[in-house]
Formats: sequence, structure tokens, C-alpha cells
Amino acid sequence: MTKWVYSETVRDHFLNPRNVLRDEDPESFDAVGRTGNVKCGDEMVVYLKVDPERLVITDCKWQTYGCASAIASTSMLSEMVRGMSLEDAARITPKDIFSALGGLPDNKVHCSVLGDKALRAAIEDYYRRHGLEDRLQALGPRVVCHCLNVTEADIEEAVLEGARSFEELQERTKVGTGCGECQDEARQVLATLVEKHFGLSGRA
Amino acid sequence: MPQPIYLDHNATTPLHPEVKRVVVEMLEVFGNPSSLHTFGREARERVDAARAKVAALVHARPEEVVFTGSGSEANNTVLSLLRCTKETCRCVLGSRRGLVTTAIEHPCVLETAKFLRRLGHPVTFLGVDRQGRIDLEALRAALTPEVGLVSIMTANNEIGTIQDILAAARLAHEVGALFHTDAVQAAGKIPVDVAAWEVDFLTLSAHKIYGPKGVGALVVRGNMPICPLILGGHQEAGRRAGTENTIGIVAMGEAARQRQLEMAAEAPRLAALRDGLRRGILENIPDVIVNGHPEHTLPGTLNVSFLGVEGEAILLYLDAVGIAVSTGSACASGSLEPSHVIMALGVPVEYAHGSIRISLGRETTEKDIERMLVELPPIIAKLRAISSAYRRKP
Repeated sequence: MTKWVYSETVRDHFLNPRNVLRDEDPESFDAVGRTGNVKCGDEMVVYLKVDPERLVITDCKWQTYGCASAIASTSMLSEMVRGMSLEDAARITPKDIFSALGGLPDNKVHCSVLGDKALRAAIEDYYRRHGLEDRLQALGPRVVCHCLNVTEADIEEAVLEGARSFEELQERTKVGTGCGECQDEARQVLATLVEKHFGLSGRA
Repeated sequence: MPQPIYLDHNATTPLHPEVKRVVVEMLEVFGNPSSLHTFGREARERVDAARAKVAALVHARPEEVVFTGSGSEANNTVLSLLRCTKETCRCVLGSRRGLVTTAIEHPCVLETAKFLRRLGHPVTFLGVDRQGRIDLEALRAALTPEVGLVSIMTANNEIGTIQDILAAARLAHEVGALFHTDAVQAAGKIPVDVAAWEVDFLTLSAHKIYGPKGVGALVVRGNMPICPLILGGHQEAGRRAGTENTIGIVAMGEAARQRQLEMAAEAPRLAALRDGLRRGILENIPDVIVNGHPEHTLPGTLNVSFLGVEGEAILLYLDAVGIAVSTGSACASGSLEPSHVIMALGVPVEYAHGSIRISLGRETTEKDIERMLVELPPIIAKLRAISSAYRRKP
């Protein structure tokens, strides 16, 4: 058998996905997080059950529309977060997911990046539903571009490194080069940050 | 696992057994066809014989065939005629700089066309209807006096739709533009006739007709003078420099000859298999769109879009059970856009990402189709059960 395009772990999770939401009632879960969209070709929904005392994830189910690495990365993520505190789970990075998967081809990294995004959205959802809004702040920088996983912090870094126009920002961060839906928002964030650091409005 | 099944003949084909035989034979023929001695003459003879066979496949004259390194090179050669400076050659295109082509061409045409546009050439990309055909009235409207070349593919690689080439060529000629068709997917599958179709240029590729990779041909009707894309040698009557790929060319000649022998019987057989496959898919899988034209289509090509599943996932699940197909899905190519062809048809985006192309060939059997119809429905069902974008019906 010739080498597969992905690692054996990806192949295994892709062909035998774990923890897929099947017959369970989505309403029986304590939180839901959705990310990506059909237009981009990747969409994930993560469902969490949480122990309200310890704020620990007791169950994680999911559904994913996407390619092999998108499916495998959500499956892997669902195994990783069981038994994890919400606080620790929120710190899972795309890198954690693709290390667990034994690596992904470069052009596939954005798919696994969606997994942590959906999880984070679910954690935020839990906090909101349970009156724990004060914990949202501690979750860290907000994601602007969900296709390419570009955060406000990434945009700020690009601005500090010299990006002023939206085109320059895209060159550095690829923000808004996926489905393009975040472009307006990204332009606003750029303008705000250019104003904040340099006191002039961006050429975007 | 049972014997793997190859259903991706529009991507490339296995060597025909007779072509294999010729390749082995040619490994002993090393002469440079440009040499005057015995070694050279032997190679020359074989290249010329191959030229005649390739010409015969498309009803051209042997001297009208220019061998190239690929179909892509042949297409680049034709489109690049538009940027000839006309100072040093007697290039056939004169001073008209405009190009009209379609939105569903192969990337080697699309990208060359975009390059021409960046150089300042007026370029029009014609859209297609839901079945993948261009509107001849739209072509007529695009034919302004500045248009020097019209390039329209005979049959599309992803969906198999065949254009009315004769009608398009006549419209181009009415306004004095030249006409090119990329027949890489059509040749060897359906009858192709440069004379009857009145085309000026036509592109062929060996590896789509059970020949080897790395060799193609450009047919230049009436031996018109053209600017070579590759400079620096007198080969191919000054139209393409570089010592001839003798093994590849002779193999392409044999491949063309075999196509002429086999095509007539094979086409209806493949069409019947394809129709059975289409029927089987439609009967066993809900929420499917068949892409392409019901009538004007290549015999062995079937392109289908499945709602709520992604093409690369389908491809890899099929691969895991030993069936090879292809997808124009974004994820497979690493971009975020689905296939430009499927998008040009206006397929809804929730279907477009889930498109696969199943392309049959000379060794495809009824058993292969039966196995495909056993394997595919549960794969789609499984992926839909995982999918967040497929609503299960109660």
C-alpha cells in the first residue's frame, strides 16, 4: 500500500470517527459551538456536557461537514477534551490538534484550526448560558477570520510589523481570503488598530 | 481488498498494451531525428509515421501536426500567438489582440488568458448554462473587431459537456478571427474532425488516450505560420524547438491508432455503463445533482454533486475501498473555492463542494460499475450522518 496523503492517525479518525452526534437530542447538551460555513466547504458543530460543579467537560459530541482532515481533527478533539476543565480546553490550540493527529499537510492546517474554534464557541456558549460571562474575558483574543483562524491579536501583530492597508494585512495574515465574509470586520479591526498605534486611519 | 478499480480516466489513462510494446521497442531507437545518418533517419521515419497516425485521428494532414511536451504547452502556444510583436515573424494572427474563451476551460487556457489580460489584451470569458454549454449568441456578441482568437474546448474535462464547435468556429470566422479548440478530452472518445469542424488550431494530449505523459500535439490547419513558444531550433518545421521526444511521440502515434480502432465500439459500451451508473446513483442516493449535458456529453464521464458532504472525503472513503475517482472540491486542491467548472454551472454551493467525477475507460467493466454502486451509497450515508450540513429527513 502506498503512503496515504495523511498520517495513519488522521486516516483512522477519518474512517472511524469517534463521538459523532447521532441519535442524541442536541438539546440534552449544555453548550453548542458552531464554526465555519458551507460556503467555505468546512463547518463544525461541537456539543458539550459539562459538570457544573467542577466545570469539567464530561462529554463532547460533534458533527462536521468537510474534508478528511476536518473530520479527523474534530474526532481527535472530541477525545482530547473529555475530562478536561473548560479553562484548559479553551487553551487547546490548532497545533495541539495537529500534533495529536501526527501532522497535517500545510494546505490542510486551516481545517484543524476550525476544531478549536468550534470548541471555543461552545465554551463561550456555556459561560453565557450559565451566567459566567466574567470568564469570557480570560479566554483570550477574539477570532476575526474563521476560515484562516486569524485573531485580533494576529492583526495587531501585523499592524505593528508594518501592515497598514487591507491588502498588506492580507499578505501577512491571509485574513478574509477564505469565504471573505469577515472582510468588512477585518477592515474595521485594522482601522481601529492602526488608529490606536499610529493615530492615523488605515488606507483600507 | 479486491482488485482496485480505476475510474479516473479523464485525469490520465493507463498505457494501452500495444503502446507499451511500442515504447519498449523505441528504447532501442536513440537517433536524433534531425541527424542525416542512418540512426537519425530511422528515428525520423518513426516520428513521421507517428505524425501521420495522430493526424488521422483528427482528420488532419500529417504536416499540420506539431508535437509538443503536453496539451498545456500546445494551448499556451496558441494563446501566446496573441502577444506576438509581429516584427520578426509572419505570424498568422495579424494585429488583432483580443481573445474570447470560456469560463470552464482547463487552467492552462484560463491562466494564459488571465496573463494576456494583465498584459493589456482584451479577454472575454463566456459563461455557460446549467448543462455547461456556451450560448452562441453570447459568443457572437463578444466577437468585436479586435478579437483575433477564439478558444473553446471541445469537451469539458470535469463534466464531459461537448460544445457545438462547428457553429462556434463559423461565428469566429465570420468576423475574421481564428478558432482554437482544446480537444484533449474529446479526442479518442468521440469523433474529432478538424476539417469538418473548420477549426484552425486543435490541441491533443497523449496520456488521455492511453499514451504516455509528457507529449501532446498542436494541430495547425493549413500549415499556417505561427510563432513558436519554445525558441532555439528548427524542429517541428520551426514551430517548436527542442529535440523530439521520440519515444513519447511514437507512443502517441500508436495510442492514436488504437483509439481509431477501438473508439467506435467502445463509446456506446461506456455510455451504457455510465447511464447505468447514473441511474443507480439516482435510485439509491437522495439529494444528488447530476452535472453536465444529458445528450451532448462524453460517453464515459459522470459528474455528480452530493448535498451536505465534501468531495475529498468521498474520494478518500472510496479510495479506502479501492475505487479511484476525482473531485474538483476545494479541499482536495488546497484552495477554498470549489471547482470553477461546477461553480460556472450555477450548482448551489451546498452541493458544489460535494462533487465527484467518475470517468470510465477502455478497461472498465460492468462489474466495476456494480461494485461502485455497492460501495458509494453507504459512504454517502455515513458522511451525511457525520455532517453538520445535511439535515436527515424523518
